[in-house]
Amino acid sequence: MQQEEFILELDGIKKTFNVGEPNEAEVLHGIHMTLKRGEFCAIVGPSGSGKSTLLNIVGLLDRPTQGSLRIVGQETVQLEDAALTRLRGHTIGFVFQYHHLINAFTALENVMMPMLADRGFPSEDIQQQAQYLLDSVGLTPWLNSPAARLSGGQQQRVAIARALAMKPALILADEPTGNLDTQSARIVFDLLRNISTKQGMSVLFVTHNELLAKNCDRTLEVIDGMIK
Amino acid sequence: MSLFKGQPFEWIVAMRFLSEGKVQTSFIIGGISIGVAVIIFMSALLSGLQSNFVKRVLTGQAHIQILPPKEVVRALQDFEHNTLEGATMQAPLQRIKSIDQWQSVAHDVMNFDEVVSVSPAATGAALVTRGNATQAVSITGMVPEIYYNIIPLPEKIVQGNAFVTHEDIVIGTELADNMGLTIGDKIRLSAANGTNITLTVRGIFDLGNKGANTRNAYVSLRTAQSILGMIGAASVLDVTVKDVYEAEIVARKIAQLTHLDVESWIKTNEQFFIAVGAQTTANSAIRFFVALSVGFGIASVLVVSVVQRSSNIGILRAMGVTRGQILRVFLLQGGVLGFAGAWVGALMGGMALMAWEHFEKNPDGSVMFTLNFEPRMFVMAIVLATLTGLLAAVAPALRAARLDPVVAIRG
Repeated sequence: MQQEEFILELDGIKKTFNVGEPNEAEVLHGIHMTLKRGEFCAIVGPSGSGKSTLLNIVGLLDRPTQGSLRIVGQETVQLEDAALTRLRGHTIGFVFQYHHLINAFTALENVMMPMLADRGFPSEDIQQQAQYLLDSVGLTPWLNSPAARLSGGQQQRVAIARALAMKPALILADEPTGNLDTQSARIVFDLLRNISTKQGMSVLFVTHNELLAKNCDRTLEVIDGMIK
Repeated sequence: MSLFKGQPFEWIVAMRFLSEGKVQTSFIIGGISIGVAVIIFMSALLSGLQSNFVKRVLTGQAHIQILPPKEVVRALQDFEHNTLEGATMQAPLQRIKSIDQWQSVAHDVMNFDEVVSVSPAATGAALVTRGNATQAVSITGMVPEIYYNIIPLPEKIVQGNAFVTHEDIVIGTELADNMGLTIGDKIRLSAANGTNITLTVRGIFDLGNKGANTRNAYVSLRTAQSILGMIGAASVLDVTVKDVYEAEIVARKIAQLTHLDVESWIKTNEQFFIAVGAQTTANSAIRFFVALSVGFGIASVLVVSVVQRSSNIGILRAMGVTRGQILRVFLLQGGVLGFAGAWVGALMGGMALMAWEHFEKNPDGSVMFTLNFEPRMFVMAIVLATLTGLLAAVAPALRAARLDPVVAIRG
């Protein structure tokens, strides 16, 4: 029951950079945390406190130096790169501060990419799913617009639609509103909040915006590599 | 209508990456095209040049010549004491000799699968006399119907024709000029044995060589046999083979069978083959270095592309794209660049060859020499350029696949 309850379980996660070198630095000093299915959790803290490092480890983009990391009940620390990639692709969606859309593609094609990469070949249902996701973030009129021609807010909404493409259990949003004006930031936040509520996706939402953090289910503060 | 119908993920991404950087892609395809065009042009030119040389050499020469064995001296032997009498041996004079049982030898040689035709000939020296003018010539007596299969003399005729009867002679342009001869004129031919005969000039040839046009004269086999005093004999058998480059191997087989002196054109033109070999080596070196520069061009463009697209690579890895897929995306780009450049290059090379043939002419307006438009050469160039593209992409593709997604996303 517990494995189904928690999407994310971190136990004593430590991260040290430049191990064995004179400039060795421990950035995370033993993080313990859990995240329930459907929970919308804000992570706050000053710059350089280790928020992004924590998110990279949770997103399986980086490996912890020590500790245990379970995602949807699966221990990940010992997994090979290929298995981590597969697990990441199927379980985690990313939204970064910068949208990181691929400019060579349109909005629709960007959202299709994770599904295409997973299945290898395009199909009608992949396109329909991408259209549905873009519709749900209010971008139907811009389906075929090149990614580079969209506004900042629109690009971030395409990035959210792309993060949702594989129906992940966990969304990791690393300051997704950091580059947006107040109105666009609110739209993006509400979008994530609604999706989390409707689809039961867990969200880790890194932000410096206290107002947005207060609207989350829970707020964790990372200071000097520890959760306070 | 669905997007990317039937195309695999790697192909879609590779094509978009290439089409997004249009200027960069166009420049590298241009570079590859020039390289491929140079390779095709050089190869066709040198191959055409070599074929032309071979053709020219074989215009006045049989592929193989079968000759009677040379006379040798043997030391006088005292059988009683089992000793050699002569202390010094002098090389013997080589008389004009007939090939023993030449009809039987010709029949045996014709039975070789590699042999196309065998032509008997009687050759020797004679003097051409007209009025007070005299000139030494080398006469070749032959059967025109057979001999012209081996030496295409009719193609070299500039006046009259080459089909001699036993009363005719065909001479070169220089001899005709020197003696003031034209078609239908009579000349007197004298051999060293004192035989004289009067012949009519039937044709005048131009072998493209002043010496050959002065010294050579062709008569019928019967005429040569009578003037040289070798009735019914043949002093040489000229042989044509299917593959001119196999002539030396066939010559050895004939020598083994007949125990006669057998010489192939390859043996008699050894210097020519050394020159051809040197030319082939130089051509291969040029092709290698052009291919190398094409490879480095593709690799450098892809390395820049990996750097430019590191954040794209990072986000693709974050969304679950495997290292293998990233590797294939960049390998495909290399292969496509090589393939596209090869097609354009093949077209450019073909056009350059046509232009060369059109503009580079002999003074008489004829084609300088025929170039070899071998489809195989174009296919090889395209396959090689595509493989070069793939190979050149290996290092950048590995670099892209090994990128740390965290670092790549950070840019």
